[in-house]
Amino acid sequence: MSIIIDEKTRVVVQGITGGEGTFHTQKMQEYGTAVVAGVTPGKGGTTHLNVPVYNSVADAVKKEGANVSVIFVPAYFAADAIMEAADAGIKCVVCITEGIPTFDMIKAKFFLKEKDCYLIGPNTPGIISPGKCKIGIMPGHIHTPGTIGIISRSGTLTYEAVDQVSKLEYGQSTAVGIGGDPIVGLKFIELLKLFKEDKDTEAVILIGEIGGTAEEEAAVYIKEEFPKPVVSFIAGQTAPPGRRMGHAGAIIAGGKGTAKEKMKALEDAGVYVAKSPAEIGQKVKEALS
Amino acid sequence: MKIHEYQAKQILNKFDVQIPQGEVTDSASIARDIAEKIGPKVVLKAQIHAGGRGKGGGIKLVGTPEEAEKIAQEMIGMTLVTHQTGPEGKLVKRILVEEALDIARELYIGIVIDRAKEAPVVMASSEGGVEIEKVAAEIPELIFKEYVNPAFGFLPFQARSLAFKLGLEGDSFKQGVKFIMRLYEAFKSTDASLAEINPLLVTEQGNVFALDAKMNFDDNALLRHPDIKEMRDLDEEDPLEAEASKFNLNYIKLDGNVGCMVNGAGLAMATMDIIMHSGGMPANFLDVGGGVSEEAVKNAFRILVSDKDVKAALINIFGGIVRCDLVANGIVKAAKELSLDIPMVVRLEGTNAEQGKKILEGSGLSFFPAETMKEAAEKVVPLAKQ
Repeated sequence: MSIIIDEKTRVVVQGITGGEGTFHTQKMQEYGTAVVAGVTPGKGGTTHLNVPVYNSVADAVKKEGANVSVIFVPAYFAADAIMEAADAGIKCVVCITEGIPTFDMIKAKFFLKEKDCYLIGPNTPGIISPGKCKIGIMPGHIHTPGTIGIISRSGTLTYEAVDQVSKLEYGQSTAVGIGGDPIVGLKFIELLKLFKEDKDTEAVILIGEIGGTAEEEAAVYIKEEFPKPVVSFIAGQTAPPGRRMGHAGAIIAGGKGTAKEKMKALEDAGVYVAKSPAEIGQKVKEALS
Repeated sequence: MKIHEYQAKQILNKFDVQIPQGEVTDSASIARDIAEKIGPKVVLKAQIHAGGRGKGGGIKLVGTPEEAEKIAQEMIGMTLVTHQTGPEGKLVKRILVEEALDIARELYIGIVIDRAKEAPVVMASSEGGVEIEKVAAEIPELIFKEYVNPAFGFLPFQARSLAFKLGLEGDSFKQGVKFIMRLYEAFKSTDASLAEINPLLVTEQGNVFALDAKMNFDDNALLRHPDIKEMRDLDEEDPLEAEASKFNLNYIKLDGNVGCMVNGAGLAMATMDIIMHSGGMPANFLDVGGGVSEEAVKNAFRILVSDKDVKAALINIFGGIVRCDLVANGIVKAAKELSLDIPMVVRLEGTNAEQGKKILEGSGLSFFPAETMKEAAEKVVPLAKQ
């Protein structure tokens, strides 16, 4: 099993004819993901990479039965694309785009409140259920099917964790990047709830970083309601306060959001916290023994 | 992005938020002219991005235009040290000359984005003029908050609620409500990430003014605010960081001696962390981007080695979509062109990592290969100490 996406998922790519959209659609197709439609306003009626292109997400849902969308449109148009997909009845929107203005995201998330739709990202590598479906820009080949769920605020650091886990011959049930921005869709708790219900997920790795309070909130949930073992690493133990560390959301503001606080909260919740990023795989082994 | 106080006040003025009369200048004689016009009593305020200026001697009240000139002379060109500048301080290039207002009360108004609530929050406190973090920690019941509904915006009853809680009455109440409404308008219209008025001044006559003003902006929204983007002052930034930003590289200077070049922000932070766990300290944060283009690597190297504290470098690349052999070629080419001579520990993992390692080994340059992040960190720390 897996969460959110599997072999039955039917994907529509918003921004399919652009450079990034084209490149990653090919990679997703090679992985075996069912890309059933693309959307580029004004290019409806054409085909691209053997996929029918529509003018709107609503058309792609109606004609091709798309149920998950992935967004590769430029930052200033991405929030609108998220709302369009949710309005068209898409069940999960994966927004890869980086650099969306915060006010645009506040509006999009408010719009989503009344819709039955998950949002993953923005500024995320995406979501993958190895062997079944890959939606996003992560390298498919480092993943192996298995029983470890991964939730992360980062891209390449997630690959690092995936790689360590794969090398110890634990595979992944589903790996999700929640995104590096201050305002994102699904966060740790919502995803932990899904992993809790997934009978094939034995343990979860939670990769956090400085900024915000999502890890502290997750710690409270884990302590009270999450029965499976959790391993965690928090990036940014050496990050100075007040500086934005690459990700828009990775900033220690007003003395809050430090790695130390987050690690303490997680440890208190019984989480196996790796102090060094090299210990993530080892901690999984420890948690499962 | 941060701006100066005088620039924030220009923006506020445009949105009809009441500010004291004043003008900015880089000349002591013009400071005198301004004092003659709006004085004779004026306040001279050093314009640097850091806070805590008053304690460091960057804010002075003067009684006459002559005195204004004399003090301005001392202030312009001085290096101001505050608790936020670090011991090296900041060079004062300009001063703001403002009318001196009498002070009946000092209040606080701040607007930020609340990440957990996913909405802007307008905060008010009767304890203005001091650090608000201190108030929040010691007497949190004196900070009042109103969250903004993303669909309807900040509403007048919310502004009234805050103004009442601040104890404003009569005409001050009316001015206060208008002030808060207008300030939110300025915040929203400019895609700000912070608008802080500390203190918000109430004069003996009951008039309300933004005595100080601080605004920060969402970097992701600057393209739709070219006028604000123009206000960026590169002199206030670390020169290497300013240089890096020209090439869209995320670089932050730190205090250690191990230079880092990594693809991806999370992995870059994790690399800094593992250097610390191995007994060293990172000299910088540097994310060359997921794609690791040859151009990015070259610019990154140039910036990395311009920092004279860097004694050795750790290059940590996780090749996902990007192939490690291409990355290795880029690294070798850039290192040769720039004739780099510091020891470099390179860890390549992911797609075509083996081919990548062979390219580095055959390059004739001083690369030390490493299999894992841990090994890389343990190799680079002693090299940096030599």
